[in-house]
Amino acid sequence: MKNKILPFAVIIIFGIIFFIFYKGLEDSKIYTPDVNTKKEIPVFNTKEFFSGENLKSSSIFELDKVYLLNIWSSWCVPCRQEHPLLMNLNLENKLNIIGMNYKDNLQNAENFLKELGNPYKEIFIDLDGTIAIEWGAYGVPESFLIYNNEIIKKYVGPLNQELIDEINLLIK
Amino acid sequence: MKYLKFFLIVIILFPLNSINAEENDKRNKITKNLRCLICQGQSVYDSDSEFANSLKIVVDKKLQEGLSEDQIYEYFKTKYGEWILYDPGLNKNTYILWLLPILIFLIGGAIIYKSFIVKKKIN
Repeated sequence: MKNKILPFAVIIIFGIIFFIFYKGLEDSKIYTPDVNTKKEIPVFNTKEFFSGENLKSSSIFELDKVYLLNIWSSWCVPCRQEHPLLMNLNLENKLNIIGMNYKDNLQNAENFLKELGNPYKEIFIDLDGTIAIEWGAYGVPESFLIYNNEIIKKYVGPLNQELIDEINLLIK
Repeated sequence: MKYLKFFLIVIILFPLNSINAEENDKRNKITKNLRCLICQGQSVYDSDSEFANSLKIVVDKKLQEGLSEDQIYEYFKTKYGEWILYDPGLNKNTYILWLLPILIFLIGGAIIYKSFIVKKKIN
């Protein structure tokens, strides 16, 4: 009896272990954020960038309009690379670009816009980074495509021409 | 009079201190169980990145709002997914992780029982 059970148990245990490791092989080792899930945009209170007036999220995002929320900062180097693309996108006038100024010195941020131009329809500030957390953001730069108060797509990192083309396709 | 003042101060300060400490402990515990998503192998507690610092502020805010530990985890889970928690819950992706040790323990126990105790009885 004993001789029969032992090899059987060993085979089963090895089988289970093999199955687990085999399953593990299929998983990606690199963490990739979920970029395609539709999520409601968060509700938050903030301040307007230029005037410093209190601003509610509901007054920024209207239903039935396409928005691109761009998180930027004057100290962020990739933001400089992505900025001309945003300027071009704004010229095409197909969507409203909203800026979220992330953990920045306001004077530096203003200089940044003076130097490179202002593609944003509206800018609000996030001094301590908590609003970015509400959005589920990782850092700067990051962009969210929004329609009907829902996040359609999220772009972590700087935008490039390919991604701009993709955005243009999505909002058609 | 001097002693009275001293005692009054101690009595007034003592409970506040312990409340504060409790809140700090809770905050540390929570931030230790949150993964800093943009760092390599660091918890939010260990990291000093912009992301982690903002997260710490959010945890503080949520604690002040009176949210429980589990509610805070749930909040971050909806924002960033299960990956942000170091201590994952039991669900369809993690059931093997949770059940395997118990399974191995039971099978191992059965083998030991069979080979030693049953043998002894026969002898």
